[in-house]
Amino acid sequence: MIAIIDYGLGNLGSIKNMLKKIGAEAVITSDLEVIANAPKLILPGVGAFDNGMSNLHERGLVDLLNRKVIQEKTPILGICLGMQLFTNKSEEGALSGLGWIDAETVKFGTNDRKFPVPHMGWEYVTLKKESKLWDGMYEKNKFYFVHSYFVRCNQTSDVLLTTNYAHDYDSGFEKGNIVGVQFHPEKSHKYGMQLFRNFVNNY
Amino acid sequence: MAIPRVIPVLLLKNNGLVKTTQFKEPKYVGDPLNAVKIFNEKEVDELIFLDILATPENKKPPLEFLKQVAEECFMPLSYGGGIRSVDEIRDILKVGVEKVIINSHAVENPDFVKQAVERYGSSTICISIDVKKNFWGKYEIHTRAGKHNTKIDPVKFAQDMDAAGAGEIMINSIDRDGTMKGYDAELIKKITAAVGMPVIACGGAASVNDLSIAINDCGASAVAAGSMFVFHGKHRAVLISYPEQTDLDRIFNQG
Repeated sequence: MIAIIDYGLGNLGSIKNMLKKIGAEAVITSDLEVIANAPKLILPGVGAFDNGMSNLHERGLVDLLNRKVIQEKTPILGICLGMQLFTNKSEEGALSGLGWIDAETVKFGTNDRKFPVPHMGWEYVTLKKESKLWDGMYEKNKFYFVHSYFVRCNQTSDVLLTTNYAHDYDSGFEKGNIVGVQFHPEKSHKYGMQLFRNFVNNY
Repeated sequence: MAIPRVIPVLLLKNNGLVKTTQFKEPKYVGDPLNAVKIFNEKEVDELIFLDILATPENKKPPLEFLKQVAEECFMPLSYGGGIRSVDEIRDILKVGVEKVIINSHAVENPDFVKQAVERYGSSTICISIDVKKNFWGKYEIHTRAGKHNTKIDPVKFAQDMDAAGAGEIMINSIDRDGTMKGYDAELIKKITAAVGMPVIACGGAASVNDLSIAINDCGASAVAAGSMFVFHGKHRAVLISYPEQTDLDRIFNQG
């Protein structure tokens, strides 16, 4: 059973709803044992970076996740703040991130009226490398975004997707068993459904 | 800029779906959950629900209904109507709604907006104002489902809400509501010129061309409409529709 990790942030029900729609069994949980036994993990999250990290620490999840993801190579999908927590650090906070992906999380530095922050709405994304996450995807793929910070990968080889908002930025990364997306697949109709299907079936 | 969002606005009255004209004569247009299923199949960008009786009748947000909607919907959802406390916002978000829309209570208690933004973040808090032109052609904000004229200038108020950290603002023209005569371009332009946050135009849309005017000429980030998506033909037969993505991409010059 896929574990949707509940660490007190974000709308987890909509992820479970979409997984249910595609016939995948998932549980929303903060139980260390359930998470330890899960064959796949999803780390969602909406909110501030330090809040996210300290909630993971408080629940004893950091060591467990490091063991699962780094040693056991359990596939994990980070969504929105979840993705950002995989990076080294964020301009939004003082705490260190999980550091699984060599990347930093930085703030949109635009004062242009054409690009209000938070960046909120649908965007087409550009695929940067081949991926099992993209099997059977559509010719043009759009996703729903809500965020004020974005990820900047230090290793080009990790970049999976880019999006343009004032400038190009990394809206998806993939390194082995670790995948992250900045957008909300659970709110992105058939595009998000296919992405979840691929994560469930191909990893 | 992000792809402009095209948003059906669904008005709730006693668990039924209605459509008003100039905020009056609510006409029953069907079962809301059925409408939600159709809009989900049509892959709409976002859905807005407004309970038009919540404030006038002092009712609580319809949480059970919203939960059912969230289970059917794979797109962002917003709810507005009768929201007066941060605890109510928490409950609404918990059932799977992304954004809350605050109208009367934002005008009556602007500090509430600040509190809500601090607690739940800008992107969760949308302000909505209902605007009507007075006899001398001056725009004024009306609250309580259009029943109360506050005489407040919408441009000044929108700037205050921008400063308070609201994530976006929906501008609803009472004069244009349900008339299908096009958006009030002058009003939309005034607001978009005055604020940095995204503006949602609402009230009067009848065609894809109207959507294009609000986005391309008036600077709105999103367009909302009711009648355009629930009525068909000059006799206003109830038929749910939504523009084709290819048509929207064309008018918004995307991809």
